[in-house]
Amino acid sequence: MVDRILGRGREAREGHEGRGDQAPDAPAADPKAAVWARVQLARNLRRPRILELLAVIADEFVELHGDRLFGDDEAVVAGFARIEGRRVVVVGQQKGADTEENVRRSFGMPHPEGYRKAMRVMELAERCGLPVVTFVDVPGAHPGPESEERGIAEAIARSVGLMSRLRTPIVTVITGEGGSGGALAIAVGDVVLALENAVYSVISPEGCASILWRTTDEAPTAALAMRMTADDQRALGVVDLVIAEPGEGAHADHAETGRRLKTAITEQLDRLAAIPVEVLVEQRYRRYRSLGAYAELAGPAPTPPVPPRGGLADRLRGLIEAGQRAIPAPLPVGRRDEPPAREDV
Amino acid sequence: MPMKFPSFRSRREDYPEKMWTRCPSCEEQLFNKQLEKAMNVCPSCGHHFRLSATMRLSQLLDDGSFVERDPGLVSVDPLGFVDQKPYPDRVAAAQLATGLRDAAVWGTGRIEGMRIAILVMDFGFMGGSMGAVVGEKVARAAEGALEEGIPLVIVSASGGARMQEGTLALMQLVKTMAALERLRAARVPYVSVMSDPTTGGVFASYAAMGDVNLAEPNALIGFAGARVGAGTIGQELPPGFQRSEFLYRHGFVDRIVQRADLRQELAQVLRFLAPTQPWGKEAARG
Ligand SMILES: [Zn+2]
Repeated sequence: MVDRILGRGREAREGHEGRGDQAPDAPAADPKAAVWARVQLARNLRRPRILELLAVIADEFVELHGDRLFGDDEAVVAGFARIEGRRVVVVGQQKGADTEENVRRSFGMPHPEGYRKAMRVMELAERCGLPVVTFVDVPGAHPGPESEERGIAEAIARSVGLMSRLRTPIVTVITGEGGSGGALAIAVGDVVLALENAVYSVISPEGCASILWRTTDEAPTAALAMRMTADDQRALGVVDLVIAEPGEGAHADHAETGRRLKTAITEQLDRLAAIPVEVLVEQRYRRYRSLGAYAELAGPAPTPPVPPRGGLADRLRGLIEAGQRAIPAPLPVGRRDEPPAREDV
Repeated sequence: MPMKFPSFRSRREDYPEKMWTRCPSCEEQLFNKQLEKAMNVCPSCGHHFRLSATMRLSQLLDDGSFVERDPGLVSVDPLGFVDQKPYPDRVAAAQLATGLRDAAVWGTGRIEGMRIAILVMDFGFMGGSMGAVVGEKVARAAEGALEEGIPLVIVSASGGARMQEGTLALMQLVKTMAALERLRAARVPYVSVMSDPTTGGVFASYAAMGDVNLAEPNALIGFAGARVGAGTIGQELPPGFQRSEFLYRHGFVDRIVQRADLRQELAQVLRFLAPTQPWGKEAARG
């Protein structure tokens, strides 16, 4: 089992070096520039999101509003859709086309009520026996104080838990930016598709760079190191299927992108519909249960603290470095001088 | 931004050279022996120092009752991740510094005589970050609790998901939540204890989702890094933002518990959660 898991990782690494995958306008020789070009494509403002895609994919769409607890978060769109005769429930993040709409939609960064709306609608799907299709494109959950006050972490955790056991098929598509927990909260599926120029990461490349390289200038380096492209994610087993984008990229041709997605989504819906729900949920559990690479050593006790290689000063330096790596700059709040660890996720 | 020595020094027994620790909160000079006797809580101001996994276990469990499970799990390097150092070097340095193989330890033990499954995290190991090993241990702890029908206790101390494992670290949120959902479905109780810090993906998965959530005083608990938040949104942060008391006020923590009372409170809560009918697999089988 370990070997199999390790195999995935190795495949990813080789895939990355071997394939020379690059965005259209990036020089082939520079993998960092190639990855960064993809990040830019994934973030392209004209990239189609759930509403633009549904306009192509769905024959019918009825949007539903509100989480029944606090309000309606327009950064998340949810509702009923009909895709070539199939009734489904759809959920996705939505940014605005202009500043006014972007303010209304919090620049596509959901608050807890957005995820709670998503959960309400997914539970409805389960009760009605409708499959769920999610469209993921989000820089991250909203990081502001209101978001924390209303429990963004609780909302993400609950949504992830709900999706892991939802007794109806779930097809997830990463269409643009898969920004850490804010993406994952609606991205737990029986099958995870990704558009060719989509990216998926545990933390934004800028966030990763500012923590590990101490400067956001190294964001492209971080993007490469995190292997966040759709192809790399497929090699890691996080994504199952990558869908090619037309021409310049999805932003340049919403209609063709939508048609390709529609084909892929209907294929998956039909395949999943044939699987008994008990089997489906067990397979989904196994899918996520097996993600992640580790080894299992025989023998009891972990390595005891080894005698110092150098003097005490060296050992202390080692400790200090060990402590620093997940610890970015000090916080603007609080008076303690123990710097706490901060990450997006 | 040098890491201050005290938070490490005070909890490691292997530096007898230094006998004093300065409290980062009240700046009092504390005799290490005295600090340890006070469960690593500053006797003058109540500041809760971070605890190693070992110390946490010994403070919570009945003497000699802990039996570690899956001690052999170690991280590998699925991405070939190199920042200023290769990831395997960072893991090796953390192992050297802590004597642990990764940032979590799980096993079974007794608390006031009640048998429980328990997982504790150690912030000293790469900021307590959650990669595949931590995720796997949480899942196995939940599955172990389910199998045996004993309550699960998790004490979190983590900066979040481990960046060096990329989205595979992110997927541990699903792995852990999926296992906890099964525990919940089988009506096996789970108590989450949040210590300083509990942030990011650990807070956004198992730490936030206890049947009962306890927190140590003034622990940093939050999702987004405050720096990220303030920078992105350009907003003033409310006082006490992302501290235990803030979470308590907003309804995400049941009780804030002083470390000296934690064992007793945990036992009390667990006694209330004790089943009136069979637990776990037995119950699930109906
Ligand atoms: Zn003090």
